[in-house]
Amino acid sequence: MDFTPHTAADVERMLGTLGLADVAGLFAHLPPDVRLDRDLRLPPPMAEAEVMSHLDRLAQRNASHLVCFAGGGIYDHYLPPVVRALTLRPEFVTSYTPYQSEVSQGVLQALYEYQSMVAAVTGLPVANASLYDGATAALEAVNLAIGATGRQAVWVSRGLSPRSREVVATFARARQLSIVEHPLDDGRTVWQEQAEPDPAVVLFAQPNYLGVVEEYERAVSLARRRGALTAVSIDPMLLGALASPGAAGCDIALGEGQPLGAPLSFGGPGLGLFATTDALMRRIPGRLVGRTLDEDGRVAYTLTLRTREQDIRREKASSNICTNQGLNALGAAVHLAWLGPEGLAEVGRQSIQKAHYLAARLGEIPGVRLLLPAPFGREFAVSMPRDPETVLEEMARRGYLAGIPLSGDYPELGPALLVAVTEKRTRPELDGYAAALKEVLAHA
Amino acid sequence: MPEPGGRAASSPLVGGAAEPTLAQLSAPGRRAWSLPALDVPEAALDLPEAAAVPPPLPEVAERDLVAHFTRLAHRSFGVDLGAYPLGSCTMKYNPKVCDWAADLEGFRDLHPATPPPLAQGALEVLREAEEILCEVTGMARATFQPPAGAAGELTGLLIMRAHHEARGNPRSKVIIPDSAHGTNPASVSLAGYQAVPVPSNSRGMVDLEALRGLVDEEVAGLMLTNPNTLGLFEDQITAIAAAVHDAGGLLYYDGANLNAILGVARPGDMGFDIVHSNLHKTFATPHGGGGPGAGPVAVVSHLAPYLPGPLPTRQADGTLGWEMPAASIGRVHGGHGNFLVVVRALAYMRALGGPGLRRVAERSVLNARYLESLISAEYDLPYAEPCMHEFVASAARLKRETGVRAADVAKALLDLGFHAPTMYFPLIVEEALMVEPTETESPETVEALAAALLAIARLAREDPAGAHEHPRATPVRRPDDARAARRPVLTWFMEDR
Repeated sequence: MDFTPHTAADVERMLGTLGLADVAGLFAHLPPDVRLDRDLRLPPPMAEAEVMSHLDRLAQRNASHLVCFAGGGIYDHYLPPVVRALTLRPEFVTSYTPYQSEVSQGVLQALYEYQSMVAAVTGLPVANASLYDGATAALEAVNLAIGATGRQAVWVSRGLSPRSREVVATFARARQLSIVEHPLDDGRTVWQEQAEPDPAVVLFAQPNYLGVVEEYERAVSLARRRGALTAVSIDPMLLGALASPGAAGCDIALGEGQPLGAPLSFGGPGLGLFATTDALMRRIPGRLVGRTLDEDGRVAYTLTLRTREQDIRREKASSNICTNQGLNALGAAVHLAWLGPEGLAEVGRQSIQKAHYLAARLGEIPGVRLLLPAPFGREFAVSMPRDPETVLEEMARRGYLAGIPLSGDYPELGPALLVAVTEKRTRPELDGYAAALKEVLAHA
Repeated sequence: MPEPGGRAASSPLVGGAAEPTLAQLSAPGRRAWSLPALDVPEAALDLPEAAAVPPPLPEVAERDLVAHFTRLAHRSFGVDLGAYPLGSCTMKYNPKVCDWAADLEGFRDLHPATPPPLAQGALEVLREAEEILCEVTGMARATFQPPAGAAGELTGLLIMRAHHEARGNPRSKVIIPDSAHGTNPASVSLAGYQAVPVPSNSRGMVDLEALRGLVDEEVAGLMLTNPNTLGLFEDQITAIAAAVHDAGGLLYYDGANLNAILGVARPGDMGFDIVHSNLHKTFATPHGGGGPGAGPVAVVSHLAPYLPGPLPTRQADGTLGWEMPAASIGRVHGGHGNFLVVVRALAYMRALGGPGLRRVAERSVLNARYLESLISAEYDLPYAEPCMHEFVASAARLKRETGVRAADVAKALLDLGFHAPTMYFPLIVEEALMVEPTETESPETVEALAAALLAIARLAREDPAGAHEHPRATPVRRPDDARAARRPVLTWFMEDR
């Protein structure tokens, strides 16, 4: 099947108007040596019902039913139905980037409200209308910082998500940036103050990948002393519980926004959060929606500060981003407004409380120990007396996605698992997880 | 002006009255949220960096929240409402069965860290889509990590750089046509290369002689769309490819216009080495008011070792696992790309199969050629070549004779229930209107769109002053963009500054 409305008679009539004998005539001007002289070798077309059963069969081969204790930036929070109801509105789903503002006021205002709420939770005055994800947002922060400072060195905490560090490294290799990775000690970043040359940016995560709450002051004062920008990757669901990057004096807040408005989605589409200071407003990557007036004096929204962008500035643009994650930004706006200040604080409080409850239960299991003494939020690392991959397998058989193995990314920790908790996990699930892990380890 | 007409033209949007912001709707103590009470004993945690005050988010009831965003939806135009001939954006109909597939729990509720044996369906989605994409483009392997077209460009350029570095010199320049999308030069800069423009000739195509004069040992490659941004097929493509390859450069295919050649011609057969495609254009996934999209990158076999990873790869036991390509440039996304977008695209690819994809190319070109013929009396076509899936018309004559510009034509079209074409792009055509009807509009809709464009030109001659007054029927009229940039108000908190 296809989705074209043309009947055979339509095609004939249109070709007749164009003076063409057949559809092949539409391509007669293509050089014969580049024309495909055969049919595409693809599986045969399917009727809609066949497509549905094929995709359904594939979907069923995924263990999405496991009770989720994996995090690492993508979290299983309670997602209110109102988010889904509103983000499925076809006017939002099927519109393009709002270049024609007169017929895009709804999308534009929704993005303006998103920008406002990202500013509210990050404590920074300027937020863009979204980037792709947390890792590419880290790359954009680095790119902004090297542009703003003219420096080529980047200081990154080992506590920044390994995936984000990899994406930054991909970019840095091509641009010949020097990346200095600052190690963790007992889970917290130890900033090596003597490192040379002066960095463009000091980049870390709050809490860090291992769940540990970092001290803002150390990174911020270090960056100030060295004339660098401070960029912090945040967990949006903890911004009601922890101090905001703006209040802590950071120049850039970024992060993975998936928990706001989006399901796990196998990691994408997520949402790249990005906010910064007034001083860096004109260097921010991506779209910005501004409020203005129309020619009749009515409030109107429009894409603004466009001279930063690729379609205007071309090779001198602040970023190459064009398509972003607009619909996810809309979902985040609905979710944040649904939560409000108290709801966001409660999500953070419950996630942290339940994480600490589970950490205590797991600590009672012989051979399992909380690896890091530093204060943590909703995620923590535990040592495993058995191979973590095997533990994951055994736990899956008992209905749990037990966490993320750390041995590949942090071999210095030994066999370990990163465990994430959200407010959605119930006490029976937490107790069940602890009991299952005890059983799995007892059979080793 | 004529009444809105055609099968897929909208009435003007509702919602003329301004919609308050959530900040204006907020009342202290009001709330929408509910959560179960904490069911574990509360521990006294003395966390450092605790929040001093809750963030200044709005406080609204769910009922008001739903009304607010529903009214905002009423103030937005989408493909589901009417024709959206926005050139280079391929705003075709987004089949609902694809959305249905992306909403299956097995995809939607799957964590990206799920071990491969427990996520075989998801890996199969990526592998199946990769095989189809490679056959359609004539490439060997592909990655779905790039979350949008521009991210695909950067990825492709980093692959290009890795290829040259392995040969001892990363080279310093990338050639792009003067008609290229702005993302091309921006991506070139981001990848650490210098963008060198190659001019177009009088036929609207790459000037082959000029190109030959530009290629040297420092040129890493050429980025090109084909059909190009004028909607014209670069018929000297094999000579262009030879010129670049002879100097050791690579050819990058910007897939913005892949729709026009599905099943008709393949970038690989034209000599391209690296291809990105936009699933949100060619493969019918929705644009979501700006995203998410997906910009997979496919390459010829000798470049496959440089692809970002990990890639789903068949293991000895027949299952799929993640493998990092040998000389990978590294990751370009924190997860596996915009996976649910790939699910939608796969549903579309499987529904259409080879014959359906070929019909997409045929009917997108047929609609564009038909529309072009219907309006050519009033709008000049700067190049004589037959168009592919889109064409660029010029309102320069109209402007000269009446003072009515391309922007005025576009805005008048909004009043007639159609979305506007792309304006003032490509930059090499004066008063450009870039029109892409797509294959999913019926002939009746195409005819109604043509009638609207002709009526606008006629009215421009009869009442030039009035032609500047559009749009009138939309929720707001032309916004003061200069004011927006001069005094940026980007959040509620800036409104009182």
